[in-house]
Parts: sequence; structure tokens; C-alpha cells
Amino acid sequence: MTGRRLAVLGAGAVGGSVVELAADYGHEVVAFADSSSAAVDPDGIDEAGALDRKERADAVGDGDPADALAADYDVLVEATPTTLGDAEPGYSHVEAALSRDRDVVLANKGPVAERFADVRALERDSAGDLLFEATVGGAIPVLATLADYGPRNVSAARGILNGTANFILSRMTAEGLGYEHVLAEAQDLGVAEADPAFDVQGTDAALKCVILANVLSEARADDPAEAREFQLTDATVEGIEDIPGSALELASESGRTVRLVGEATPEGVRVGPRLVPPGSSLAVSGTRNLVQFEHEHCGQLNLSGRGAGGPETAAAVLADVGRLS
Amino acid sequence: MSDPVGGDGSTGADEGAGDEVADDVDPAAPDGGERPQPHTVRLELIDEPGQLLKALQPIADNGGNLLSIFHERGNITPRGRIPVEVDLECPPDRFEGIVDALREEGINVIQADAERYGEELTLLLIGHLVDTDLSDTLHRIEESTTASLADFSLSAAEGTDEVSSARLRLATRSNGTESAVETVRDIAAEKDLMVIEPLTEGSA
Repeated sequence: MTGRRLAVLGAGAVGGSVVELAADYGHEVVAFADSSSAAVDPDGIDEAGALDRKERADAVGDGDPADALAADYDVLVEATPTTLGDAEPGYSHVEAALSRDRDVVLANKGPVAERFADVRALERDSAGDLLFEATVGGAIPVLATLADYGPRNVSAARGILNGTANFILSRMTAEGLGYEHVLAEAQDLGVAEADPAFDVQGTDAALKCVILANVLSEARADDPAEAREFQLTDATVEGIEDIPGSALELASESGRTVRLVGEATPEGVRVGPRLVPPGSSLAVSGTRNLVQFEHEHCGQLNLSGRGAGGPETAAAVLADVGRLS
Repeated sequence: MSDPVGGDGSTGADEGAGDEVADDVDPAAPDGGERPQPHTVRLELIDEPGQLLKALQPIADNGGNLLSIFHERGNITPRGRIPVEVDLECPPDRFEGIVDALREEGINVIQADAERYGEELTLLLIGHLVDTDLSDTLHRIEESTTASLADFSLSAAEGTDEVSSARLRLATRSNGTESAVETVRDIAAEKDLMVIEPLTEGSA
């Protein structure tokens, strides 16, 4: 494997971990930017210095973020926060890189969840390629497995795709505690964010399922440009905020458990709390994620692991970089 | 068929479960000459003396011929009851009456023949169940689906004017699960209740 020169946009947990771990995977970071600053060096930036400065001064370097986008890199790693609708600024970053015939690896779900057709059109006009393993299921090799085993053979993908929601439901069930109580606990533990809406309302899981549905749909189209495109607004989404402890008790009494399950098929996306039968592989607890494929030749194929976290998601990003090499 | 009660079709005061099986009809080889068919009924009994006999009586009374009884005393269902599996044979048109008679006796029929009630469906309803007329909700679910309510549990820990939860177990005919779920979904939407549906793995 040849080392690639990376430009990393986004200095949150994922972007920071990509910068920190790139060398371990044989790659070099030549540009690193957050929303207001950048560190650029054609010979490789000082990773530790940039990360240290980010922590102390909330800036990664003296440059302008635009410098990072204009730097001489092989692969753009887009790890800015996921945005809905026009998916900006992530979409423009993807456009800038592909128009220069560079490869792109996404950790940001926005461009492939909200503008899949646009992104694919950019990719077709470019010599660069686009991969987005890290957008679905964190560390779990969901999209690579789908690509290897043929998305045309997969009739449905379903899974537990939000660790925060799964943590809350597992704790409520195990301890008999109410939603508000467990949410506060999750926030103390850093499992839930201060504003947990994205996770507990099912939006995050839905975005991942929309991405899966786009991949499944594209694989079935004679002409990929004509494939049915899915966006968040096409998904039926229900969250877990209104589930009382009594409902989880009733589920437990019958040997079942309630999980926030996402389902993607070539025809649609649905996310909501579901009763999972006893012994189901979907009854994972804590923050663990699991994805299950219905495969024509393999039957059920389950993949599980950590669905979030800086190093975990960075590993998926760097695995994509390796696939591009 | 001859009317053992009266020529005008009215029924007398002495009508009873056994009377329709007129003297000239042999319960074991009866109605219209159709051969008896084997059926399996799974019941859930409270662990009290006399319960098994109480469950078997309606079967015999309604023209069923007992073949075997498997009383799974070592097994306990999630609700703390004892599962019993009864194999019986009866003419095709009697089976429904046997199942109805069992339910009238208050016996919990988990499954009545793999063919007839091939699928089971457990789901949760959450919301202002009591305020939105729970019995109407349940009645309409049974009315508008081929499903029958096999079990029901209500949990209203916060008092009846607060949000409560219910678990419904529906026995549906083969392939009737999806339409039953849709019906429940419609009724719930109308009453602003949340439905937690079962996940059916293995389907697309």
C-alpha cells in the first residue's frame, strides 16, 4: 500500500483522530482545517502540534481553511459536522476535491444522505473516487461488506445504528428507570450530547439508513444516474422520547425488548422503536451498533461493533483511504 | 338437516351445547360425512387444581375427540402459566366452535392449529389508552382484522389519567399479520397512540 497525502477538513473527534492515526496507517497529513483555521505543509504538518493547539486555542494553525482545500493532497477527508438540506459546507468541499480529480473520503453523512445523486454526478465527471464507509455504523465495515457481497443481492439492511438511543433503551429496561433520568445519566457519561435530539428522535439512524437505501437502490438501477434517490424527508422516522418505562416492562415480561431499529430497502427507509424477539441478534445492549443484511445467498449476515467514537470512526475513514490506494 | 327442536325453526328453552348433536349423529363421524381432521390447540393454564379438566370439557362437549394431551408442567410461560398442548380430531366445521367454547370458558388459547392461527403478533400501545376508550380500541382491532386478541396486559403505573402502556398479543391467520398491524396502526393514529410494532426478521 502506498501512502497517500491527506487533507483533513473538520477538527472534531473524528477529524482529530484521523490526523492522529494517519501515520499508523502509512499516510501523511498535508492539510488540516477546522471552520476558522488551517495548518498546511506539503511535507506533512506537525500533527501533535496542530492537535495540541486545537485543544488549547481552538485553532489548528495560522492558515485560512480555504488553504487546506487548495493544498496539494491526494485524498480529501471530509469530517465536518453533518448538515441537512443542502449539506453545506460538506458538499462544496466534495465538489472542490472531485473537480480537481482528487479522491474523497466522507465521515460527514450530509452529502450522501441529502444529495446522493448530486455527489454521484460529480464523481462520474471526475477521475477521483468517493468512499463513505465511516458514515454508516462507525467502525463497522458496513458499506465495504455491502460492496464486496453485492448490494444487488441484499434485499434489506436493518440495524441498531445509534448508540445513544440504544444505551438509553437498554438502561431503562435493565434498571427500570425513566427516560429523563437515563438521559441525564447518559449526558454525564458523555454517551449523549447536551442536545440529544438528533439521536433520540431517530434522525441520526435515519440518515444512515437513507445512505444504505441509496446504495441498495443504485445497485439495482440499469443506469446509476436514473436510480431512485432517497433523502431524509423520504424516511419514516419515530424516536424514543415518548416511550414510558411501563412499555419496556411489558415488553420484558413477554421476553422481548424494545430497540430503535432502522430499516433500509431499495424501496424505502423506516426508523422507529420496535419489539425485538428474544434471542434476536438485534437485541444488543449499551452503545454497541449492529447491522444485519438479508442476503440472497448468505441469509442473514450480522456485523457489530462500535458505531461511534473518534478513533473508531477514524479507523473506518483510514480503511477507505487504504481502499483507494 | 333435521331439526330436533321444532319444525318452525325456533329453538326451545332446553337448547344446550349437546342438543345440536342430535341422537342420530355420531360425534366422531359426523356432519355431512366429512372425515374428522386432526388439530392442535395450545393453551395456557393457571397452575390450580381442576384447570386441566375445565379446559378439556369444552372440547369434548363440542364434538372434539381427544388424541393426546401434553401438560408441560416443567415449563412456565412468561406470565407464569403452564402451557398445555392438546391434539384432537373433529369434523372441519366443528373446530372453530371448540376454540370459541374454550375462550368463552376464559381459557387462554395461545394457538389454535398452525394452519388457522399460524402467526402470532405481539405489539405495544402507548398513550392515553384509558381516556381514548380502551375497550373500543380492542373491540375495533378484533372487528376489523382477522386477528383475535389472545392476551392483553395493561400497565398504568402513573395512574389512569397519565400515559399508560399495553401489550397485545394477537393470533392471526397465516399471512394476516401485515394487515392486522396496518389496522392497529390506523386505529392508533386516529386516537393519537404510539404503536411499537414487532420486528419481523427475515422479511425484506
